[in-house]
Amino acid sequence: MTKAEITADTARQNVSFSPAELLPILPGHNSPGRFERVLRAGRFAVTTELAPPDSADPAQVFERASVFDGYVDAINATDGSGANCHMSSVAVCGLLTRAGYSPIMQISCRDRNRIAIQGEVLGASAMGVSNILCLTGDGVQAGDHPQAKPVFDLDCISLLELAAQMRDKGTFQSGRKLDVPPSIFLGAAANPFAPPLDWRPHRLAKKIAAGAQFIQTQYCFDIALLKNYLARVCDLGLDEHVFILVGVGTLASARTARWIRDNVPGVHIPDNIIERLEGAQDQRAEGIDICIELIQQCRELKGVSGCHIMAYRQEQSVPDIIRRSGILDDRRAAANNRRLASQKAV
Amino acid sequence: MKTLRRWSVRHARFLEIFYNGFEACLRTMRPLINKIGHERLEPAFASTERVIKGALFDCKMCGQCALTSTGMSCPMNCPKNLRNGPCGGVRANGNCEVIADMPCVWVEAWKGSQIMQKSEAIHTIQPAVNFQLEGQSAWLRVIKQK
Repeated sequence: MTKAEITADTARQNVSFSPAELLPILPGHNSPGRFERVLRAGRFAVTTELAPPDSADPAQVFERASVFDGYVDAINATDGSGANCHMSSVAVCGLLTRAGYSPIMQISCRDRNRIAIQGEVLGASAMGVSNILCLTGDGVQAGDHPQAKPVFDLDCISLLELAAQMRDKGTFQSGRKLDVPPSIFLGAAANPFAPPLDWRPHRLAKKIAAGAQFIQTQYCFDIALLKNYLARVCDLGLDEHVFILVGVGTLASARTARWIRDNVPGVHIPDNIIERLEGAQDQRAEGIDICIELIQQCRELKGVSGCHIMAYRQEQSVPDIIRRSGILDDRRAAANNRRLASQKAV
Repeated sequence: MKTLRRWSVRHARFLEIFYNGFEACLRTMRPLINKIGHERLEPAFASTERVIKGALFDCKMCGQCALTSTGMSCPMNCPKNLRNGPCGGVRANGNCEVIADMPCVWVEAWKGSQIMQKSEAIHTIQPAVNFQLEGQSAWLRVIKQK
């Protein structure tokens, strides 16, 4: 079945389920998750990111997730992002599914070899995780433990291949058979804004060939660059094979924007954005307005299937951004009924 | 060291043609090599390879050389050991995210690949590294396989 045929088929299905509910796997689908259904039904999907706590208290995970309740289709659980220590992504995902949320588990190749990673894919799937985002990960030098040993046994592409092999062939890399393979929807990251720009669309093609079904991009602050990238992606016909969610974010001030531009490699913020922030009376509010405008502009672009809102330390503003940008249309990203009940149980 | 590495990328086409000839020679010598025995030849091959490729590419002797698919830029010099292209952290000036004063191995690889005869080879998916082959001769392995 082609992506278009699956879409036509899925569009007839209802997508108002509780996010973490495991549904029958439809023809042409790979996971029992609602996130895949939303995308395949041709709806504009919305995801966001949960900063895992520096804590052994599950309540902090639930507290952070509750901000997004009813607004997003899935929540990314980061895996030691920026090479800093936090609660592990597999554990955050386990807690989230228990509480009725739909997580996207991020796996980075920095901290674990293929033996550990394959175990984690199985474990996550067993706990009801339907979506996995395969990443290479930041270098250890970026984080609070620069003395740690970088593993990088796999890279994001061999990780994608391995996860797809486990799902589709039902085996470990060694060829040893799995009793029950994981039913997972596989994703990868892309940065359309970092050099070499002319290679980026081809690199996306490689990720799709390795197994990527959805893509979440790096922060987009430059619509012109994104348009160029998407035009090339569509020329290569890649939009027929993958769902692209554009990464957007809020900038708290012009000073923060400058700091990010100078210190976070891979994040491209054009001058006009910084000037606009500088000229605003309330820079924080302006940052949110910029984010909303970017979402609305992205939505109109061919090849874009959704947005991924990363509002680090501004998570409280995410519901407002989603509401004001009007991207959910008539649908509500399924507030979950089980949340309160399970929180009481925990 | 890094200067010679960059020279190799700028002369990727020449090195590609040279290597293809060299590989053809090795292949014609296959009966002789088989007669002497791969195991007996391994130390000599590995140390020659280490010296030559070490000088030209800062080779790390992963034992599964991909240079003809990576624009003659050794991917094992990437601090994240990426085998399939650049990460998202490449700086605006084309330098590495981790080692700020080093040009990104993959930005170099892209440049090298564009002047090579088989410029599309860079789009081939490279499998995960087999760490059992580390330190072994990739040349001898090529003869064994083809």
